[in-house]
Amino acid sequence: MSRLKNLVEREAGLPPLAGGHSLCQGCGVPIVVRTVLNTLTSPVVVVNATGCLEVATTRFPTTAWNVPWIHVAFENAAAVASGVESAQRALRRRHALPSDEDVAVVVFAGDGGTYDIGLQALSGALERGHRFLFVCYDNEGYMNTGIQRSGATPFGASTTTSPSGLESFGKAQQRKDMTAIAIAHHVPYVGQAAASHWHDLSQKVERAAAADGPAFLNVLTNCPLGWGHEPRLGVQVLDAAVNSCFWPLYEVVDGTYRVTCEPEEIVPIEEWLRPQARFAHLLRSENAQIVEEIQRRVTSEWEALLNRCEGGVPA
Amino acid sequence: MSTAALELMTGGESVAWAMRQIDPDVFPVYPITPQTPIIQGFAKFVADGKAHTELVNVESEHSAMSAAIGSALAGARTMTATSSQGLALMAEVVYIAASMRAPIVMALGNRALSGPINIHCDHSDSMLIRDSGVVQLFAENAQEAYDLTLIATRLAERSDVLLPVLVCQDGFTITHSAEPVELLSDDEVASFVGEYEIPHPLLDPVHPTSQGPFAMPDYYFELRRQQISALEAALDGFDELGHEFEALCRRRYRAVEPYRLDGAERVIVALGSTAGTIKDVVDELRDEGQRVGLLRIVSFRPFPAQQLASLLPDAATAIVLDRAASPGGAAPLFAEVAAALVGARVTVTGHVYGLGGRDLHPEDVREVFAGRGQQYVGLRGEPCPD
Amino acid sequence: MPPLKAWSELPRAGAIEPATASRPETGGWRTGLKPEVDLSRCVNCLLCWVYCPDSSVLLEGTTFKGFDLAHCKGCEICAEICPVQAIEMVPEDRP
Repeated sequence: MSRLKNLVEREAGLPPLAGGHSLCQGCGVPIVVRTVLNTLTSPVVVVNATGCLEVATTRFPTTAWNVPWIHVAFENAAAVASGVESAQRALRRRHALPSDEDVAVVVFAGDGGTYDIGLQALSGALERGHRFLFVCYDNEGYMNTGIQRSGATPFGASTTTSPSGLESFGKAQQRKDMTAIAIAHHVPYVGQAAASHWHDLSQKVERAAAADGPAFLNVLTNCPLGWGHEPRLGVQVLDAAVNSCFWPLYEVVDGTYRVTCEPEEIVPIEEWLRPQARFAHLLRSENAQIVEEIQRRVTSEWEALLNRCEGGVPA
Repeated sequence: MSTAALELMTGGESVAWAMRQIDPDVFPVYPITPQTPIIQGFAKFVADGKAHTELVNVESEHSAMSAAIGSALAGARTMTATSSQGLALMAEVVYIAASMRAPIVMALGNRALSGPINIHCDHSDSMLIRDSGVVQLFAENAQEAYDLTLIATRLAERSDVLLPVLVCQDGFTITHSAEPVELLSDDEVASFVGEYEIPHPLLDPVHPTSQGPFAMPDYYFELRRQQISALEAALDGFDELGHEFEALCRRRYRAVEPYRLDGAERVIVALGSTAGTIKDVVDELRDEGQRVGLLRIVSFRPFPAQQLASLLPDAATAIVLDRAASPGGAAPLFAEVAAALVGARVTVTGHVYGLGGRDLHPEDVREVFAGRGQQYVGLRGEPCPD
Repeated sequence: MPPLKAWSELPRAGAIEPATASRPETGGWRTGLKPEVDLSRCVNCLLCWVYCPDSSVLLEGTTFKGFDLAHCKGCEICAEICPVQAIEMVPEDRP
């Protein structure tokens, strides 16, 4: 309860992100943003890549943000953050900042601005070792522009640029393992989380904020429109992602792997696919082997993840 | 008077020296010929503790300008450098830097745009971003590259401007050629550039702002118009700073440099280092009794249309030399000059020269003044006009 | 929305100051239903507050106080997620 109390208190005065934005009914993104920003105890600067969050929260002359916030373009949030972080370092060195307390630099980017067009800038920022937190709200597609496929879109998903049809079962490629890519940069903290598991996400944010260098959080976030589910069912859909091991919740701290939230009972992949219209075509009998392929891969990746944890078991 | 030191320096070295004296807070760095002597020189100053700058070794020019925006708007004095393809790659962000009113000083080593890939001088890179809303100043030599870097720092940070300022110098011709440069002292520079201050820095959590918003058709047009007025204000700003700078070193900078325009019948209008060659030819032709002159543009953006129109003698012929082409249309400088002279009793003609580092020789300039120059000066295979 | 301003009246670079900016009333997005809490069942777990995308669950300290109906979009996550079924979606005109 005390963690929740801290989150509440953080938002009680002036909420970092307030209502009045035009994100969809039931959008998971503000859940992620609120959990992240309400967990942080220091002042923040938010760097936002182009996408749903940015567009829906800052239609001139309105803004839903009560913290310093900057948006420049789609692919460069990590580079902009590198500049802000470097500025703080330089100004701190010559005692030119208004406060003794360092401002946390936090990036919010969708999967497009992280896995695809944003990958280069992110990689550079991770390699340079800037002290910042990069949060990817991964809703597995370019949602703001009308549900197009991205490098994060799962195998078999129907999107407007990888539609299922008479001659297609949807996206024919596997999604990138962005969390693994971040881990390969050997940064102090990498975490994989979900908007539904707010407590786990909040704990990860805390550990990420304490990292003396780059921290990367990949947060699975629902999109009612893009995934094709009732807005009210967002949390349940994400629960299925976690409980089927499609989206394991884990972290890597200075190279040590730890599963942070193990499903009480692992459910079959159909539990994840069934509630979403973007996978509806996969549940037809002629696509059974695709579902089997998805299940096979999810199972083997879960086992590989467990093997990377110490002793082969989650902590 | 100032204790000026005279040093033999290339344009690149002189800019690196100016940057050391300015001692910016943050400098995103990405290499591309021919600006590399600038960043390498500056990096060595930082490594030796002679500059106290956060050098950010970014992974592309697009990220260089992006990091520069983040830094400048966070509240830190920020500089960077690029050329050619690097400028082309960061072009998207250059426009945004201007619209977000980020005071960034960028050294540009003018180099031809690909393709074919070419590392030598022309002005096509500057022309690519002429509509971006940034200030573009063109140096004639290493001395000017040095001086304009100092002036640019103040110009970018003027409260009625607050825009990126590009200090352009011809690649190799200026960046890599050594000449005597009169340097100001460290104290004089520090005093001239002063402290960096912007309204609403991001690192001030007490006064949050949302910067870089989304604007619908109901507001985009007005926000753009506001930005245009800031660039226009840079003309007066540059003039004021030129006047202030003159008190330090007796060199006076203006948006347009007139050279022997008294009674001139034929005047070449040009940018950059070629002006040096043209001045020599003007002197020779004047000695031969010809009424020729040069009008050198120092501030290409904002373009000093009124000053240019008022300086050109009535009934003269203005011959514009463009070091960039605009395929399918009017060459960039020609278009500006022609627009500035609408309604004036001046004939305007134009040539393209020097693409991809092709030198312009004094003989070519004589041919141009004589009205015998090819459309593309010095190009093989071009028929001569009758 | 407030009246549209002239270009010279706008903040530099369109930088928006939250303190003086207006906030659209997204409560207008609801299509006939609004959330309502049965206080006798509510255990103040605050999950509705955690999961509200529109920051429209109002608290007093850590106690449920009400909904910000000016911004609630009626997504029904709160009703769905409440572990004790204390939240119901009721017709808009119910007082």
